[in-house]
Amino acid sequence: MIRTRDSSDMGFARKFWQVNWALVLLITAIASIGFAMLYSAANGNISPWASKQMVVFSAGLVMLLVIAVIDIRFWLRYAYVFYALTLGLLVYVEFFGTEINHAQRWIKIGQQFQLQPSEFMKITLIMVLARYFHRMNIEDIARPHFLIVPLLLIAAPVLLIQRQPDLGTALFLVITGGAMFFLAGVRIWKFVVVLTAGAAALPIAWPFLLDYQKDRILTFLSSDVDPLKEGYHIMQSKIALGSGGLFGRGFMEGTQSHLKFLPERQTDFIFTMLAEEFGLVGGLGLLGLYALLLLYGLSIALRSQNQFGRLLAMGVVVVFFLYAFINIAMVMGLIPVVGLPLPLISFGGTAMITVLAGFGFLICVSVHRHVRVSRHGEGG
Amino acid sequence: MKPDKTREKVFSRRAAILLGGQMTLFAGLGARMYYLQVLQAEHYRTLAEDNRINLRLLAPPRGYILDRFGEPIAINVQNYRVVVIREQAKELPATLARLEEILETGSIDTLRVLRDAERRRAFVPITVAENLSWGEVSRLEVNAPNLPGVQIEVGLSRFYPLGPSVAHVIGYVAAVSEKDLTGRDPLLELPGFRIGKSGIEKRYDTALRGKAGNSQVEVNAVGRVIRELRRKEGEPGREVSLTLDIGLQIVTAERLAQEKSAAAVVMDAHRGDVLAMVSSPGFNPNAFNEGLSGDEWRGLLRDPHAPLINKAIAGLYAPGSTFKIAVALAALEAGIPVGHNTYCRGYMTLGNRRFHCWKKHGHGRMALVDAVRESCDIWFYDVSLKIGIDKIAAMARRLGLGSTYDIDISGAKSGLIPTRDWKRAAIGSSWQKGETVIAAIGQGYVLATPLQLAVMTARLVNGGFAVTPRLTRHRIEADAIAPKPEPEFPLAGILESSRKIVIQAMDQVVNHARGTARRSRLKGPDVAMGGKTGTSQVRRISMAEREGGVRKNAEKPWRERDHALFVGFAPVDAPQYVAAVVVEHGGGGSKVAAPIARDLLEHALQRNSARDGDTKDVAAITAPTARAPKP
Repeated sequence: MIRTRDSSDMGFARKFWQVNWALVLLITAIASIGFAMLYSAANGNISPWASKQMVVFSAGLVMLLVIAVIDIRFWLRYAYVFYALTLGLLVYVEFFGTEINHAQRWIKIGQQFQLQPSEFMKITLIMVLARYFHRMNIEDIARPHFLIVPLLLIAAPVLLIQRQPDLGTALFLVITGGAMFFLAGVRIWKFVVVLTAGAAALPIAWPFLLDYQKDRILTFLSSDVDPLKEGYHIMQSKIALGSGGLFGRGFMEGTQSHLKFLPERQTDFIFTMLAEEFGLVGGLGLLGLYALLLLYGLSIALRSQNQFGRLLAMGVVVVFFLYAFINIAMVMGLIPVVGLPLPLISFGGTAMITVLAGFGFLICVSVHRHVRVSRHGEGG
Repeated sequence: MKPDKTREKVFSRRAAILLGGQMTLFAGLGARMYYLQVLQAEHYRTLAEDNRINLRLLAPPRGYILDRFGEPIAINVQNYRVVVIREQAKELPATLARLEEILETGSIDTLRVLRDAERRRAFVPITVAENLSWGEVSRLEVNAPNLPGVQIEVGLSRFYPLGPSVAHVIGYVAAVSEKDLTGRDPLLELPGFRIGKSGIEKRYDTALRGKAGNSQVEVNAVGRVIRELRRKEGEPGREVSLTLDIGLQIVTAERLAQEKSAAAVVMDAHRGDVLAMVSSPGFNPNAFNEGLSGDEWRGLLRDPHAPLINKAIAGLYAPGSTFKIAVALAALEAGIPVGHNTYCRGYMTLGNRRFHCWKKHGHGRMALVDAVRESCDIWFYDVSLKIGIDKIAAMARRLGLGSTYDIDISGAKSGLIPTRDWKRAAIGSSWQKGETVIAAIGQGYVLATPLQLAVMTARLVNGGFAVTPRLTRHRIEADAIAPKPEPEFPLAGILESSRKIVIQAMDQVVNHARGTARRSRLKGPDVAMGGKTGTSQVRRISMAEREGGVRKNAEKPWRERDHALFVGFAPVDAPQYVAAVVVEHGGGGSKVAAPIARDLLEHALQRNSARDGDTKDVAAITAPTARAPKP
């Protein structure tokens, strides 16, 4: 086997040049839109949100580059370890987590920072699944008993997160896992069977949902029922968004956001604010940038020479897509309210770190696209 | 290597499918965005404006009410009130305690304020006390640095500088009650808004009220005002000028205040302008604006002198001998000669009943002029039997009795002029001759208001025109008021010759040596007044009483005393003003009512000569001008 342009032996400096700087630029551009929106959300103040966000982003960018230049085989080798560590954090949260809004999701670090381990699980889950499927033949995958382990890998965090309770993130992980199965080559009919069974199980699952979860689903089904509770947020979001019109009201001119009719304008509903201030043009613009990121991710995945890299790259694409789609669909009243941020834009450290880590892995795949990796993690 | 290739191919295909799905969903988001932001933009823009814009009403200043010379009768004054804003006051109970020390009256309802503050949002001002005195305001200003969150606000409230003397005509304003909330005017729902509840204030309420202005303010999600976007000033209320002469009104009120309960009307005989209309005792209209307590209200209702009733238009009195004017005219019209003689022995017998003259031993031989002058009852008994009740009633109606006029204030009574038909319909029995006799001296069924008596006199002395009284020169047209055209009254249908005779007789009532009101003739050298006295019994004098000697009024309890009446006009040779005075239970008309009428007419004449050109300088309609309120 002739190794041409194998990056396994590249020095860090050479790898550094292999980093997709265009992608980093694109990420920074989107994050900058976020800074601007946070600046507007604070009525033209850099504090409290924009400044903090810039710090987090800078730190995240450094982390992204570090992840990108570390040998992909390292990530492959320790994938189970990372997964176990994150799962451990979830268990920790279960017992010692900080409760915010009746949900135990947070680990407090000092006075300033809180971590949400369920966010990290989004990345470690795709890593561990990529790791698992990496050593599978297409024939192996066709055998049902080979799917037991990855199903357990998904089920463990999902159940823990569901207990917090955080139905949104749990579903997020289920969908992510499903996508990984799909990419790994699991037969289509199996998805059909599982989806059908799932739909049949919904009425059975309903009594096990918590009241606020039921409320959110009911609210979504008829948002005019209780305009002062859950439906109020969606209604106000639609009003703000719709009143933006084609070109928006102008930067920092969004009346609904600035007069506080719009809830959570710096976090979950920041897209509404953007659409109110920059209109359809601004909203579609951001959607376009996101699409560009996704296409970039796809091209990296397709060019990777190893299954781990492909799956990892596409996993990142899926996670990123889910963030963006769920958030935007939620603020437009297309799906129930889920506490999920707009990636790279919403204020919040954990999600930003998670997304940037994801892109770190994506670039890592790109940098190490020519590395041939054996089924067990050693260089081929 | 081969399985790897398959795996890669499967992956590539599925990755492409996945991304295709993602792009499709993104396109769906784009379509939704297009739907919300382009197709539904208008709808959401409206909702957004509804969210953010609050309309606040601006109450326009209420129009002034002026007298015929432009003197203010109802004005607006600044009303200082102290408010507290919870979020600015550090400790609300402590702040209230400090305020209580500063304000003189311990009028702060601390519990009410705390409850209001609890209920309202923290930035909403809560009224702590109203109608602050100037001293209180200045003390508050001095202490302002120690009173965070305390502010002094200025509003306008209605004020009647003349107090009770015009209360019955002007009426009053008071808070809007549930049943007033019928109109579409949003002002009615403004907290603290006052509307006219009686009198001119009620009749011209819409015009006086003006049109609400509004201020569009931007509010945030919790209702805090961020800024004012647009302001549309309202239309101030229009001014209403009355026909009253406030100077004369005050004199009248002061004069009547010497009696327990009385009413008087002074009127321009030709135009019908009411120059003074007073019912005494009055009430303080300002009290209604500030809000009466239940006790005060009950006190007014229970007062035996009925201060809330405008006795000038709603007090029904047997006109007594003043009605003889109508009977005398009716007699002349019916062809009774002026020289028709009757001998008065002091009583007259009809069937088995005896009808007495007020003069126990009789007047002797009487003709019409003598009978009016000396108010001989016997002459009128005799004549009334000759002409009959229906002819008397017809004349009385032509003179304006027995009906109401449109005088801009409500509550006027029509009185009663009986006829044969009326009795059959109302009581169900046929008319008795004795009833005609009693009616001839204005007793029995006959009832009239002081205003009607003034109109009667005016129609007699103004050349026989069917003048009707008026209090304003406005006419209500839809929401606005417009000037009334100068009235042209038709002739009432009284013969010129008979008018002259009765006027001559009324001249003699005052100015003849034997006239009943001789003591009340005008003191001035040039002018004289004419008139007719009246004393109406409140209860029938029983046979026993008459035999034991009719008691003097002074000996009777107040409630049983006779009403004293007088109708008069001046100057006697070119009548300009008429006056009607009723003093309830005042005793004799000549002794009590005539001097009052004399004083009023005298003042009216004096004021006329003092005011150059009379009413020419009265603008019929004063343009609505926002006047600076007088503190």
